[in-house]
Amino acid sequence: MKNQLKAVWQFFFGDSARAFGSVSLILLVLLAISPAKNHFSQWRHYQKQYLHLIRGRADAVTLERHFQGGIQQIWIPEQQVTDRCTTCHLGLKEASLADVSAVAFRKHPVVPHSLTEFGCTTCHRGQGAATTVEEAHNSTEQWEQPLLPAKYIEAGCGQCHLEKPTATPFLNQGRDLISSNGCTHCHTIKRGDGTYILPDDDPPSLKHIADKTTREWIYAWIKDPQAYAGTATMPNYHLRDDDARDISAFVISQSTALQPPIQPGQTDTKPAEDPAAGTSLYGQSFCASCHAMQNAAGILVGGNVGPELTGIGTKAKPEWLQDWVANPNHYDPGTMMPHYRFDATQVATLAGFLESKTEPDLVANVHLDPATSPQIEHGKKLVVENGCASCHEINGIKKPENFAPELSRIGSKPLSQLLFVEGVEHTLPGYVAAKVRSPRAFGPSLKMPQFNLTPLQIDAITTALLAQTDRSQTQPPAMRIASVQQTKYEPAGHAGQLMGDLRCLTCHVINGHGGDMAPDLTWEGTAVQREWLTQFLKNPETLRPALIRRMPKFNLTDAEITTLADYMMTVYQTPQFDRDSLPVSEFSPAVVEQGRQLFYSKFACQSCHIADYAKDKGYIGPALAGTGKRFYAAWIYHWLQDPQSLRPGTIEPNQHMTDDEARSLTAFLMSLNATGSKEATKK
Amino acid sequence: MKRALLAICTLMLVTGGCSHKSKPQPASIQPIANGTAIVESSGGKQIGYIGMPLDQPVVVQVNGASGSGVAGAAVNFSGPTGVTFTPASALTDSSGQVTSTVSLGQQAGRYKIVASTPDASGKKLELPLDEIALGYQQTLGAQLNGQYCIRCHDPESTPLRVSNMDNLSVKPHPFTEGDTLNKISDADLIAIISHGGPALNKSAEMPPWGYTLSKSDIAALVSYIRAVADPPYESGGLVYAQK
Repeated sequence: MKNQLKAVWQFFFGDSARAFGSVSLILLVLLAISPAKNHFSQWRHYQKQYLHLIRGRADAVTLERHFQGGIQQIWIPEQQVTDRCTTCHLGLKEASLADVSAVAFRKHPVVPHSLTEFGCTTCHRGQGAATTVEEAHNSTEQWEQPLLPAKYIEAGCGQCHLEKPTATPFLNQGRDLISSNGCTHCHTIKRGDGTYILPDDDPPSLKHIADKTTREWIYAWIKDPQAYAGTATMPNYHLRDDDARDISAFVISQSTALQPPIQPGQTDTKPAEDPAAGTSLYGQSFCASCHAMQNAAGILVGGNVGPELTGIGTKAKPEWLQDWVANPNHYDPGTMMPHYRFDATQVATLAGFLESKTEPDLVANVHLDPATSPQIEHGKKLVVENGCASCHEINGIKKPENFAPELSRIGSKPLSQLLFVEGVEHTLPGYVAAKVRSPRAFGPSLKMPQFNLTPLQIDAITTALLAQTDRSQTQPPAMRIASVQQTKYEPAGHAGQLMGDLRCLTCHVINGHGGDMAPDLTWEGTAVQREWLTQFLKNPETLRPALIRRMPKFNLTDAEITTLADYMMTVYQTPQFDRDSLPVSEFSPAVVEQGRQLFYSKFACQSCHIADYAKDKGYIGPALAGTGKRFYAAWIYHWLQDPQSLRPGTIEPNQHMTDDEARSLTAFLMSLNATGSKEATKK
Repeated sequence: MKRALLAICTLMLVTGGCSHKSKPQPASIQPIANGTAIVESSGGKQIGYIGMPLDQPVVVQVNGASGSGVAGAAVNFSGPTGVTFTPASALTDSSGQVTSTVSLGQQAGRYKIVASTPDASGKKLELPLDEIALGYQQTLGAQLNGQYCIRCHDPESTPLRVSNMDNLSVKPHPFTEGDTLNKISDADLIAIISHGGPALNKSAEMPPWGYTLSKSDIAALVSYIRAVADPPYESGGLVYAQK
């Protein structure tokens, strides 16, 4: 053995020449390691595969000319982007490679942003500087931001786009859900532009709750809100029976009587003889525009602005219902519900109808003994611990500050700072989705309650949360598309008070503030004639035949109508043109006839509008049969030329009319003088 | 001694490897009955989004010789890379049905998924289903469609959206109507959307949208129309039209 070793030694290092040769050889091999590693590297392998792929194609010459070997890099210092993804993803810009089966070489789908301006990791995440598949795509010990899964890709858009881009429905839905589920009552979420995602679920104040409902109902409700109404946004706290008992005891005990107090039920005013009167008044008042209710078939019908009313008779006390229907401002000055001017009989009829909508099973088995003071004390402790006052106003309990962790940068949270439990995918999206799906799975003592969300809604919320990255907070302001914020506009003066009482802004938007259910009224004074407006406020007719949601009749007095019409006609005028700038007297019968021809042939307006109830059927846009009595000619004329400039977002297409065409059409439309709606004309 | 140690090591390695592998794929389900046919109950031809679960689950039914559902038959779902099924295989319930939630892959386009069940002889009965995944551009098109086009181009009415199709003298083509729309080239589709029906000597009831929507919006609409076409659109409209 020893001799053999000696012989080998002799062979390689026996004399100086041999030693020199051997050392040189070793050195050569060592020097070759690095180029060899480079030669056999993964990205070269991909580049070879790519070349092989393109050589077989018809446009091989063009593709080869575009090909650049070696490590490629997109460097955008101001966005901290150093992306080498294009080293392997070589076909991203090649239109002809849209259909190749190898994902790595396929053309990037059409998006509004260019690779060179934004890089890859800005949207997709991952480790841009890495040159192996594993390191670039997945999370490693040194890199905790792996590629964003495709289903959350809109989170990439949401880092800069704080508005609602048309093409990102999930991001938009997620942000809406965060607001409508009231997540931000407890969690702070700051957008990159310094504004906050605000809750818009409007949880009720509990200061006078005992005037409204019973302790039994509260008990059943907090045990399982969705058992009362499937659409309820209040989450489930999975309370134990005795905890629910104590909380209900405390909530009732802290309630003070409303001042001035609610009058006992007007039992002397008998509900109308006709049993269908309540149903028809509910329909006439368009309650279903905002409130949903299950019909006889168990199908939910109605809007989601106000709470579901399927079981309202079990929830609300009869005298409270009457008081509320008569004037909601009495119980809740901040409500979105308008103050209908119902007379006593109508109040009794409608309240009676609502009272009859019960879910007796809900409270049938709830039997609570009178509350003891230790129970009330314990209830108060639970109310504080669960942060009930984050959402609800409660006497004697202050709204807690920063009750839950801030989520402004949740999309960049390092995994090492998260506590995973079994069954949760070990990634940030997996963690966030699991938290939203079932928060209590992370520990029974956690306070976050169980929300009532579908799988798609959970993904949407996760998408919106993953958009809250470090990049979203720190990037240069020029990169951001600002969020569309509601203004604080409120109409002024006496008319303003009246419009507040009627809650016009619940449905209509004026000067950037208000709801999206009904038309924008910002320039209404330039658009419509005063006589028409007065008549409409007195008795709203149906303008758009296809809509279910309609303007309700508020039973306004003549004086109120005058106040409203005066204000709207004076204040809501556009500075773009004068409403009297196009007198109707200027139109000759020939021009009117020309307009008629344009209406029916060239522009085929009858596809969407009705000019003549006898023969036109289109009902996407408003009926125009009474245009001459409704609008100012100048408004029609300008509207025809550029509808979006007067009401951004309207679906009426800009037809690019000439001045003459717009003028003739205006003349024709102003000659239409039918009164009332379709039904009225038929009679 | 050495051999014994080696054997133990190998055994450990093998079992370790096995247990690791078998975790994501539980042992295939043993059927307690077999059917003679597999049919779709619901969930085919849905339009979804890349990487996202489809709105409605896919429900398939295994029928026996009598034509009614067979309980306890094994149904297996499979699809192209990236498509996931929850569950991927299951036994039919008492009405002979299996319900599975399907998530589509990362690429926009058409996904052919297959539900299969073995019959009594062990032969695989297959039911192919088509699902469509919309990418960025098609999603934009879908949104614009919902905003501007659907009221006239979709004959279906819902309580919140009444169809205007019947009010038009020339009936618009629903976007799924591949037989007609596939023969129109991209350029012609863009022209008709931008400049209205008269651009191609068609009805003026189709208004011009080129002054309301941007070029990229209209391109997105075209990509959406292509994505939902039934029968599927084959790229190269002109070539296709010549066939």
